[in-house]
Amino acid sequence: MTTQTLIYLVVGATFALYIGIAIWARAATTGEFYAAGRGVHPVMNGMATAADWMSAASFISMAGLIAFVGYDNSTFLMGWTGGYVLLACLLAPYLRKFGKYTVPEFIGDRFYSQSARIIAVICLIVASVTYVIGQMTGVGVTFARFLQVESSTGLYIGAAIVFAYAVLGGMKGITYTQVAQYIVLITAYTIPAIFISLQLTGVVLPPLGLFSDSVGTGTPLLVVLDQLITDLGFNSYTGHHTNTLNMVLFTMSLMIGTAGLPHVIIRFFTVPKVADARWSAGWALVFIALLYLTAPAVGAMARFNLVNTIQIGEVGSPDGNLAYADVPTWFTTWEQTGLIQWEDKNDDGRIQFYNDKNAAFETQAQEWGWAGNELTVNQDILVLANPEIAALPGWVIALVAAGGLAAALSTAAGLLLAISSAISHDLIKGTINPNISEGGELMAARISMAAAIAVATYLGLNPPGFAAQTVALAFGLAAASIFPALMMGIFFKRINNVGASLGMLAGLLFTVVYIFVYKGWFFLPGTAQFPDTAEYWVFGISPLSIGTVGAIVNFVVAYFVSQATEEPPAEIQELVESIRVPRGAGAAIDH
Amino acid sequence: MHQGSSSDDAYWKANLSLIRNILIIWALVSFGFGIILRPLLSGIAVGGTDLGFWFAQQGSIIVFIILIFYYAIRMNAIDRKFGAEE
Repeated sequence: MTTQTLIYLVVGATFALYIGIAIWARAATTGEFYAAGRGVHPVMNGMATAADWMSAASFISMAGLIAFVGYDNSTFLMGWTGGYVLLACLLAPYLRKFGKYTVPEFIGDRFYSQSARIIAVICLIVASVTYVIGQMTGVGVTFARFLQVESSTGLYIGAAIVFAYAVLGGMKGITYTQVAQYIVLITAYTIPAIFISLQLTGVVLPPLGLFSDSVGTGTPLLVVLDQLITDLGFNSYTGHHTNTLNMVLFTMSLMIGTAGLPHVIIRFFTVPKVADARWSAGWALVFIALLYLTAPAVGAMARFNLVNTIQIGEVGSPDGNLAYADVPTWFTTWEQTGLIQWEDKNDDGRIQFYNDKNAAFETQAQEWGWAGNELTVNQDILVLANPEIAALPGWVIALVAAGGLAAALSTAAGLLLAISSAISHDLIKGTINPNISEGGELMAARISMAAAIAVATYLGLNPPGFAAQTVALAFGLAAASIFPALMMGIFFKRINNVGASLGMLAGLLFTVVYIFVYKGWFFLPGTAQFPDTAEYWVFGISPLSIGTVGAIVNFVVAYFVSQATEEPPAEIQELVESIRVPRGAGAAIDH
Repeated sequence: MHQGSSSDDAYWKANLSLIRNILIIWALVSFGFGIILRPLLSGIAVGGTDLGFWFAQQGSIIVFIILIFYYAIRMNAIDRKFGAEE
């Protein structure tokens, strides 16, 4: 059977499974549509949360981010997992006790303010829509590469699948589909990693392989890798080469951004009890860690394989570099997609892959007759091309294709639910028409979901030029506005409506302005005040890391404004006291 | 719901001190061992690199998991002790 047939079979089978689940798990009430009837087992919810959280970025891009930078990009590993500790002890149990359906609803009720609720809705929609664009383009790219259809056709197929289970089943359909998607994506991620770890280190488990000896040398893999790449003028893999303050703030931004992302938070509304919300956060992190502990091994090993493929002999010797005539087939397959590019600058027919930004090394390279780095490799292809680079069988490649699609679709569905519930529950029921019937709200929720899918598909087909930049915005917004508002709502009884609203606005404006100053106003090209490089950043803080400072601004403004204005009414203080104690959570469902 | 707010206050204090301890360890393994204190740990070799690198790429994640389960278990006990469970 050809690899192509296998890919059709495996991807087709997973899609049939998702549709089957959609038909089985239809939602009959708004409670099922928004929160899966609060009947999801904590382990199951942990698995669904893991699939919800691990997007195309985690599956496709993260190992590449680590591979090409090394230690300094450990920020992604710590940041995208550390947020779950914050969720487990600072947010999830209390929000589950509150027992409502959306994040803006909590903010609106706790701060007894319709405007606070609307600010939260806006933050939620901006953060979620920017995030969903990335998922939809991920679906298109994966289809285009593996199923050899037009990227747009792939996008329509993906949107149709999400439509089937998200519109029919709401949170209930999404939850059970995400459980299936988690199993597909984790299998797809770990199997190639195990093969590669065996090839390079002889150790089965990739996380242990990363710290083991390279096969046949008796020297640790990381030492060999450091040697390989520093010989080519690159920074060492294990060394620290960036600003420490920025690294700390970036990690923190990712942590509090993760804890503040609404599509993750609402997953904890689906479990039966407050105690289950705590367990569920733990299980979610266990399932996430299976991928996150494998990713750094995949990154280091892929970099090792890539450099070894190109640099076949001693650096600088005339036949030390791979001749283009001898490149393996995966090289040419990916060249066709434009994600690998080679330009023979010195016309020797061989590939030179080195760091030409390193001045000292560049002088040396010129003596060898090298005329600059000739190879550019898009970091996103490492995971997708890994099975081909390691010459693994066709069914592994098919599995990786299905895994990439599962990662993108599961996250897209979670985001779309967060968007549609904010529209139907917070805007339509909460603001425009409070007397809407249960059936009417359920219909409104389904229509908002369908509309959200249509908008996401449109944006996936016509991604705004700034799509990649806006991930910073999504995390910045969640970190600077939503996370502090939720945390203060639970832990500081004295924070009132004025304080919370002004705090959110201050955190939001501060963060957005700092990002726009370096990335361009509203991401329009040419409108940036300063170049987005380390010399121009205030105290070396990059726009990606500013969410942490925005959160501090939010806390400070909310605290002092609340002190200067009236304390919250007695019934709000009682509400805060009641969400702090799990007792009576069952009753809260009946609201 | 109205079992006397003094017991609920004690419950909340117990929760806060548990959270404080958990967040201290959370920050120590990631921002501490993984980033700021890495130079101090550079003498401790782990598989071709040092302990700080291990904490940044694996150790902190493993500690995070332990912290969440520890919190869940301790909170269950605290819920029972103060009669705050569901």
